[in-house]
Amino acid sequence: MHPLLTQALGDTLRMVGWSAAVTVAAGLPLGVLLVLTDRGGLLRNLAVNKVLAAVVNLGRSLPFVILMIALMSFTRAVVGTTIGWQAAVVPLSVGAVPFFARLVETSLREVDHGLVEAVQAMGGSTWTVVRKVLLPESLASLVAGATTTVIALIGYSAMAGVVGGGGLGDLALRYGYQRFETGFMWVIVAVLVVLVTLVQLAGDLAARAVARRGRTSAAPRLRLLRTGAAPSSPSAPSTT
Amino acid sequence: MDTPVITTTALRKVYRSRDREITALDGVDLTVREGEVYGVVGRSGAGKSTLIRCVNLLERPTSGTVEVAGRDLTALAGRSDRAPAALRAARAGIGMVFQHFNLLSSRTVQDNVELPLEILGVTRRERAARARDLLDLVGLADKARAYPAQLSGGQKQRVGIARALAGRPRVLLSDEATSALDPETTRSVLELLRDLNRQLGLTVLLITHEMDVVKAVCDSAALMKGGRVVESGTVAELLATPGSELADALFPVGGTASGPDRTVVDLTFHGDSATRPVISRLARTYNVDVSILGAAMETYDGRQIGRMRIELPGRFEDNVVPIGYLREQGLQVDIAPEATAEPVTGEPAAVGK
Repeated sequence: MHPLLTQALGDTLRMVGWSAAVTVAAGLPLGVLLVLTDRGGLLRNLAVNKVLAAVVNLGRSLPFVILMIALMSFTRAVVGTTIGWQAAVVPLSVGAVPFFARLVETSLREVDHGLVEAVQAMGGSTWTVVRKVLLPESLASLVAGATTTVIALIGYSAMAGVVGGGGLGDLALRYGYQRFETGFMWVIVAVLVVLVTLVQLAGDLAARAVARRGRTSAAPRLRLLRTGAAPSSPSAPSTT
Repeated sequence: MDTPVITTTALRKVYRSRDREITALDGVDLTVREGEVYGVVGRSGAGKSTLIRCVNLLERPTSGTVEVAGRDLTALAGRSDRAPAALRAARAGIGMVFQHFNLLSSRTVQDNVELPLEILGVTRRERAARARDLLDLVGLADKARAYPAQLSGGQKQRVGIARALAGRPRVLLSDEATSALDPETTRSVLELLRDLNRQLGLTVLLITHEMDVVKAVCDSAALMKGGRVVESGTVAELLATPGSELADALFPVGGTASGPDRTVVDLTFHGDSATRPVISRLARTYNVDVSILGAAMETYDGRQIGRMRIELPGRFEDNVVPIGYLREQGLQVDIAPEATAEPVTGEPAAVGK
């Protein structure tokens, strides 16, 4: 494989991997809180809910490139630099956390409220309800949401070149698009397609494995063979 | 048997929405005694579901108190929306089964039964042993490793019952537990509840819209209308109450006089009298031709209770003596007015729904 391509693939994987880890770690509790503090939730607190929702909406409405520039001083404080793939992880995470939190919220809302009541009737606390009902019962859906988020991150990471983050998207942009090496650009795009496809496949398999235990939650079908790359991804990798 | 286990006093629940108030419970006083199966019936919207959910405070009553096993749950609940530890501990001693079973689809049958024990902090080994015992008790020992989606409705409800019993509750609340089941399965689930009531001395409060459920398992019943309990008592007491709607619905008798110059008499059997062949003795002793127009009888503990509508030839004046005989036998005797040719009671479903 072309050394440039290997380097870029490595950068993409590092950026996406780290930011996905941060996103799940932060987005999951945020999504849970969005559900719990809402009207009819177990920790009903509309003030907190409104603030959380506003933060999430703000994070989701800012275009990623602007977010990346705007967060530079924050990025420096967190990772100590504003260039390189490490620097890209911070805005990628900040951009993806609200996105994933909304997906988590949607998944948790689909859990039958009767199950929550059943556990309350047994004497379960709010934490018990989250741990024994909300998360396990929506696991398949959460895995699907995480898959979608990772693919969105692969798309966002194409813009990491702005802060010198490197990665496949950046490589396609600079070598393929700006230097008119169209053939090379298509090779990179092909690598991205394979990457996204593999992520989707892995996510679908994991969601199916989880869903099969319960046999009730709708197991996502394998979308891979029908349409190729990631139809479920809201933002396919943009290389232009 | 006479100690009250569940007592609600002046229970009110008012739902407030933006521009109106809905009174779901309007001063409900209910007493369920230890070891009995108590049925609350009423149409949908009568408040029975709110009532049972107020008993373990899944629903906070607006005012009034709920006592279960001597503890005032409303006092434990405090003011906040969240359930304090004391209330949660009390809830753990109250089992509940639901119309839609509410089993966790991601857990096996055994793990579902173990769930309340996990909350109680029971060790893994004890949990497994207890769950196996309970599954045995409800006849599902072979399904321990299955998932709820692989079970039939009746099996799911058995799992729900096993789960409700895991914490060894004194009280079982049943929220329309058989309403999603077919008649055959309903019968077997009710028999299970009846057996558990007898074997474990479990007190059961159930709500239902089906009169047949009350008829099949309940010792006592209450009828709710518009957020109030309009009638309550043991089945025999209800039968003995003239004009009781519940008794009419439980034991509907129909039939009209076959012609003029006939006397139609409603007999209610609710005591020892029911064990004696009253009707045939009446016919033999007074040499009257008795026709039975309709009857609804059940046998509880070897005693027959129920109602029967019979017709005697001749006007009331001609039948004073035989009617006196029936009264002497300890039966409740009501003379249907001559004009009342149509049945006094509607179908059971009319009240039950």
